Amino acid sequence: MSRIPAARLSSRFAPGGADAKARLGLLEALFVSDDAPECARRAVHWLGEHAGVAAAMVAAVNAEGTRLVRIADYGVAGQGDTELHVDLEDRRHPLVGALSAKQLGSSFSSGEVIGGFATAFERRPFAAMPLRTLDAMHERPIGLLLLAPVSAAEGQDVRWAAEILGQKLAQLHSSGVLADSERRLRREGTLLESIINAVSDPIMLTDTEGRLMIANSRAERLFAADEDQSEGRRRAVALNNMLFSSALSRSAFEDAESWRHELPLVDPLEGSDLLFELLSNVVTDPREGTGIVSVLRNITDLRRATEEIEENYRRIRIAEAEIRAERDRLDLVIDSVADPIVVTDPSGNIVLMNAPAERLFTVGRGGSEEQAQRVRANDAHFTSHISNLFFAGTGLRYSGTIALVDAETGVALPTEGLSGKILSEHGEVNAVVTILHDLTEAKERERLFEQLQHASGELEQKVREATAELSRQNELLRRQAFELEQASALKSQFLANMSHEFRTPLNAILGYTHMLLHGVTGKLTAGQRQNLSRVDSNGRHLLAIINDILDIARIEAGKMPLNVSAVAVPEMITEVMAEMDPIVVRSGLAVSVHLDPALRSVRTDRPKVKQIVLNLLGNALKFTPEGSVRIEARRARRNGEIAIAVTDTGIGIAEADHEKIFEDFRQADTSLTREYGGTGLGLSICRRLASMLGGRITVVSALGRGSTFTLTLPVREPS
Amino acid sequence: MKKRARKDSPLILLVDDFPDNREMYAQYLKFSGMRVAEASNGHEALDQAFQLHPDLIVMDLSLPAMDGWEATRRLKSDARTKDIPVVALTGHALEGFSKGAMEAGCDGFITKPCLPADLLEEIRTMLDRKDAGAAPANGR
Repeated sequence: MSRIPAARLSSRFAPGGADAKARLGLLEALFVSDDAPECARRAVHWLGEHAGVAAAMVAAVNAEGTRLVRIADYGVAGQGDTELHVDLEDRRHPLVGALSAKQLGSSFSSGEVIGGFATAFERRPFAAMPLRTLDAMHERPIGLLLLAPVSAAEGQDVRWAAEILGQKLAQLHSSGVLADSERRLRREGTLLESIINAVSDPIMLTDTEGRLMIANSRAERLFAADEDQSEGRRRAVALNNMLFSSALSRSAFEDAESWRHELPLVDPLEGSDLLFELLSNVVTDPREGTGIVSVLRNITDLRRATEEIEENYRRIRIAEAEIRAERDRLDLVIDSVADPIVVTDPSGNIVLMNAPAERLFTVGRGGSEEQAQRVRANDAHFTSHISNLFFAGTGLRYSGTIALVDAETGVALPTEGLSGKILSEHGEVNAVVTILHDLTEAKERERLFEQLQHASGELEQKVREATAELSRQNELLRRQAFELEQASALKSQFLANMSHEFRTPLNAILGYTHMLLHGVTGKLTAGQRQNLSRVDSNGRHLLAIINDILDIARIEAGKMPLNVSAVAVPEMITEVMAEMDPIVVRSGLAVSVHLDPALRSVRTDRPKVKQIVLNLLGNALKFTPEGSVRIEARRARRNGEIAIAVTDTGIGIAEADHEKIFEDFRQADTSLTREYGGTGLGLSICRRLASMLGGRITVVSALGRGSTFTLTLPVREPS
Repeated sequence: MKKRARKDSPLILLVDDFPDNREMYAQYLKFSGMRVAEASNGHEALDQAFQLHPDLIVMDLSLPAMDGWEATRRLKSDARTKDIPVVALTGHALEGFSKGAMEAGCDGFITKPCLPADLLEEIRTMLDRKDAGAAPANGR
């Protein structure tokens, strides 16, 4: 918009040649046009019509201020001739000089001005009037008004028009420069805007409080929302702004020109969580004040990717650890197997083996050449074994014997190799595992087994023989048992007969002696009576011996039956005392009986117990010259056994004879037998009877100190 | 001796194959005032018993031809002789002999050796028991 100050205009409206209306028309035309050539054209035409100018031309300094360019003409030839321009650097050019001339007009002859201008004015003289502003401050050449005839340049209207045009052109010029720079600025602004919009990261200029001043479209998506947008989106935006300004305020404490933060935001459109890296720079402008330029870089995916990578890495590490542990375990397992295990790749190279295998396929440090040869031989045998796995069939396994040797000792190791292919997912052979089993032991076992079988066979034969022998022996034993049985029967018969055959003559001896002594055959002399008495006593002694021998024989032959009944011990002892009374009286000894009140009846064979007690009491009376005899019956508290003890103050028995007295036909002193009478079988029979009853007879005695014989009977009845 | 044996004195039949014993007892019993008949085996014993009908029979068990058990069984199974007491006299002291004798019907059992006086004692006891037992039965 160009304007001419009103006061200046009015001052120029002095009455002149052209009427006011014509001048007003020009002013109006110039007022409505902003185009310099148009204004110049209007002005020169107005001069032609109103100021007696025959031909005119306007040459204006171009925008760059480098040239003088024809922009309008009137009544000149070669209209539009672009050659009509002058370089302003050419200071010798008359027109350049005219441009800076102080006076209002200079006239030039056609000879002075060369080039297009002269031609235009058809070599007529023309006047050149500098067009300039009236503003002294910004006075500078704007252009030239060239006109002919020269005289016209003196006219009031011409001067006025030149002044108006100069003013206008100056105005247009300056506004044109302004517009240019504005355009340039706007263009640059637009460019900048499109550049920052083209950046995929949100970029913002905010004040220090975080209020948005400039933002690219990405930033607007995050931080700006219109009223008509959804509630969720507006909230998300509000939240983002809050997060952003809190990040900025945190940054303010760091007292730095620029900083970097992670800023979690929400995607207002999708509601998803986003993570940005916030780079902020403080920019200080003298006019605009302090602001903060923030660039946000979306690292959501980056973070996710980082996390994924970390997670994957973690998993890989775990898997790696597991694999290592598995591998370690496998190694342990493989090493713990006593059989050699070898893992080979498909081309037969050993990739893994356990310790037992190493003894076959490796030479230890410092190993001899011999060992190396053995290992090579083992390798060869092993490789040929493996090749069987591939050539001998299509199976996954192959087993066969391999003749290996112990690398160290050279001892032959007959080995069974079991090889198996390990296939990949695609069915290719990945590896071959071979387990070698030492057959030495198996062969040894086989040998031992054969030996065992042989031995077993022999044993069987021996057992058969032994069995036959045993059955022979059995038969023999059976026969012997039968014979024994018969012998036993015969013995019993013999005993019965002996008893009868002894007694029958003894009966006659004793009977006749008895009759003679009783005077059946007449009176006897004193000598006859004495002799017959000797026959009688010896006959009776013989009978006693025969009776005792019979008892022993019956016990030994198992022909002495047990008749068990409830026996009241006190009554039985009383009975014994009554029977022995004549002998007791004759002995003149003090005989006492002591009975335990706790005594109960005991189940046993009454006659046999009585026989024992009679015998013990008889002995006591017999071997006690003076003093006393004591019979005591008691029941042991410990086990309930019944003990019947006969104690005397007699001659006693030396300890060495304590066993002897129980033997057959033995008395402590054989001479005593005759002195004291008795068969010498009494204690022997008593001990046998006590044993039959499940009891025992014990003796406590010392020579000259009397004796105690004790019969002990069990509580349980004898079987 | 025979003088001393009166008609009402008891008649004892002694059965024993061993003459020394038989005659010894016979002599002592006669000496003691009893009448005595003798037999040396079972058959003779049966004949004598049926013929003489003695007051008591002393029977040795081990006899030739017919033993004492058999003879006793026959005597006890015959109505004429079943009331005559039979005292077994044997040299067999083993268990079972007395039992067998009682089963055969013997009324008493004496083991040899037996003194003549002891036999006489036993005979008198048996005869007394017989008289006591028979009195009510015979109505005397």
